[in-house]
Amino acid sequence: MAGPIQQEIEATLNAAFAPDRLDVINDSATHRGHSGDDGSGESHFTVVIESAQFAGKSRLERQRMVNRALGDIPGERVHALAIRASAPGE
Amino acid sequence: MSDINARIAGIVSENDIVLFMKGTPLFPQCGFSSRAIAILDHLGVGYESVDVLQDMEVRQGIKSFSEWPTIPQLYVKGEFVGGSDIMMEMFEAGELQQLMRDHSLLPEA
Repeated sequence: MAGPIQQEIEATLNAAFAPDRLDVINDSATHRGHSGDDGSGESHFTVVIESAQFAGKSRLERQRMVNRALGDIPGERVHALAIRASAPGE
Repeated sequence: MSDINARIAGIVSENDIVLFMKGTPLFPQCGFSSRAIAILDHLGVGYESVDVLQDMEVRQGIKSFSEWPTIPQLYVKGEFVGGSDIMMEMFEAGELQQLMRDHSLLPEA
């Protein structure tokens, strides 16, 4: 069952990028007890997203687009958010 | 420009390669900082590191300076390169090596 932050990430990215593919993976369990684990069970995520909006954008621009869409989630409400963003056909 | 922005601008302009990280190269305090260090060490380049855990002003300031919400952050020749995901993707594609080569920062083979 996805937690509230995971659901918020999924809903936000679906709305912002109309992705062809979106996987939001909660990695928090593998970081249990590490620095950054706040005990919430929602501290570390990986986002795999494919959207036509990323076509022609650099890696840096793509991550900036995702981070910007997610507002205060990456780095504030979530310790770590790994992002793998691609355009269709890559 | 605020004092902290000026300070960070100074750090990234005075050092060819700077990694803003949690902990030190010998004792990284976060898996992502550890991965960034491993990549730089593998490349064999010299770099400066800044431990943001020892400096709250830089820890907050670097996020707005780079418009990037997470640590670690790599700067090469004053340009923001990215965090550990981007470093790893660039390394695997050979692009990080090329970037260092373009700036004459790779050690002689």
